[in-house]
Amino acid sequence: MVEPLVLGIETSCDETGIGIVRGYTLLADAVASSVDEHARFGGVVPEVASRAHLEAMVPTMHRALSDAGVALSDVDAIAVTAGPGLAGALLVGVAAAKGYALAADKPVYGVNHLAAHVAVDTLEHGPLPEPAVALLVSGGHSSLLLVDDLSRDVVPLGSTIDDAAGEAFDKVARLLGLPFPGGPPIDRAAREGDPDAIAFPRGLTAAKDLAAHRFDFSFSGLKTAVARWVEARQRAGEPVPVGDVAAAFQEAVCDVLTAKALDACRARGVDTLVIGGGVAANSRLRALATERAGRYGITVRVPRPKLCTDNGAMVAALGARLVAAGVAPSRLDLPADSAMPLTTVNV
Amino acid sequence: MLVLVLDTATPAITAAVASVTDTVEVLAERVTVDARAHGELLAPSIDAVLHEAGATPPDLAAVVAGLGPGPFTGLRVGLVTAAALADTLDIPAYGVGTLDALGWAATGRVAATGRVLVATDARRREIYWAVYEDGKRLAGPAVDRPAELTLDVEAAVGDGALRYADVLGVPVRDMPRYPPAAGLAALAAPRVREKAPSEQLVPLYLRRPDAVEPGAPKAVTR
Ligand SMILES: [Zn+2]
Repeated sequence: MVEPLVLGIETSCDETGIGIVRGYTLLADAVASSVDEHARFGGVVPEVASRAHLEAMVPTMHRALSDAGVALSDVDAIAVTAGPGLAGALLVGVAAAKGYALAADKPVYGVNHLAAHVAVDTLEHGPLPEPAVALLVSGGHSSLLLVDDLSRDVVPLGSTIDDAAGEAFDKVARLLGLPFPGGPPIDRAAREGDPDAIAFPRGLTAAKDLAAHRFDFSFSGLKTAVARWVEARQRAGEPVPVGDVAAAFQEAVCDVLTAKALDACRARGVDTLVIGGGVAANSRLRALATERAGRYGITVRVPRPKLCTDNGAMVAALGARLVAAGVAPSRLDLPADSAMPLTTVNV
Repeated sequence: MLVLVLDTATPAITAAVASVTDTVEVLAERVTVDARAHGELLAPSIDAVLHEAGATPPDLAAVVAGLGPGPFTGLRVGLVTAAALADTLDIPAYGVGTLDALGWAATGRVAATGRVLVATDARRREIYWAVYEDGKRLAGPAVDRPAELTLDVEAAVGDGALRYADVLGVPVRDMPRYPPAAGLAALAAPRVREKAPSEQLVPLYLRRPDAVEPGAPKAVTR
């Protein structure tokens, strides 16, 4: 099947996403987010997310089918995020996928959320040159992957050893009195600030760390350094220069992410870097990655922000690759796996 | 009319196909007790009971699902599955209280059984409970610690009653232990017969999500 029509369901965190693709073409990308319900808690509350997924599932499905102008009976397969993610949230999506698959007599593919973040770029930039390196950064993950074959072979190169990059954005935003989620307000505040105003640490970049953690990340020390700096100002009774702190923090994160991602490309002789996940919507990350990659003749592919955050289209995009490659569907007893390893593209 | 019956509000994963005419007859039923595998086992169970009843999904006239109360994660598996099936097949979905199905089996079918406490396991040392007499609910549903209940009942039934038999202080009957498909189907049968409008399947959570609003950021320096 060259251009399979695939519907994708995503519920691993706080977005209920249903997307529909035909091959590399995006037909629908319906997302219902419960982010506003989590804002006052300063982070995603799993039970609140799971309840919202159950409520949003059927209406989101109707929107996706109507946007794409197709019926469920038309699709070739249903793909669903089986992991990694919040256990209870994943389970709603997986159970829904099975219900739809049973009712419409369709094959179901349980897929890896991270591989789907890579696959979504094919909807914007076409087939992915392989091998490619992928940098996936969001509130839940920060990983570098080597993608030899998106439908079969994804190799983890490194990941965060403490906080996810997006988590650091959320925590620093809170310190600065900015709303949750922290990514967009920090990006905005940073435009008014000087990224060189404060020298914040770059985790796992010292020579002694590189031996064991060349492609790993650490953002916990950075977050603490920002907190210390802000507290010192407050104790001294001085105003906190929000723009400067945001800009210097954002620069530290983007510096490490892009340096390590491009190091991975060069170490593996790869000339394509794909960036995905919610943090990929950060304007400085996109600009710095493109600027630095240009020096080494490496092409950076970042899908538009709407496709970077969690959605069903990414799941459908990966599903389409699996169907096109003739990969066998999952069994009806496929489990949701909150800790699904990166090496598992589908179950 | 063929009806698919589901309940995932207790450790039992129940799927059945029932025929609803003037009477209600369960044609095929699967009950698997595994508190951790609702997500895995429900869909294959549905597939199996349909096969056993010689039916395919397009033959179904309605889907009936137990609304709980029950531990949230498992409960949602049944409800989202039921909603997806009903929506795709363009047939109505009907919700039935899971305790009501147990209460129907414990007091509704046999006359003069007296007042019966129906209890399922709510985890955290609590039970979901309700009281029934002659098939009617007199109290509940609610969630409480079993030792804190003072109820005027003749007996107790259900998985939660068996688990806390020693603290309830009333005779506990072995059966029914899990929500029977026959009870779920019987309680939805009037709606099935009159082709009542489809219902949104809203879980009986009875508990709020565990979440606390954060205070001011904790200082990292002293
Ligand atoms: Zn994600």
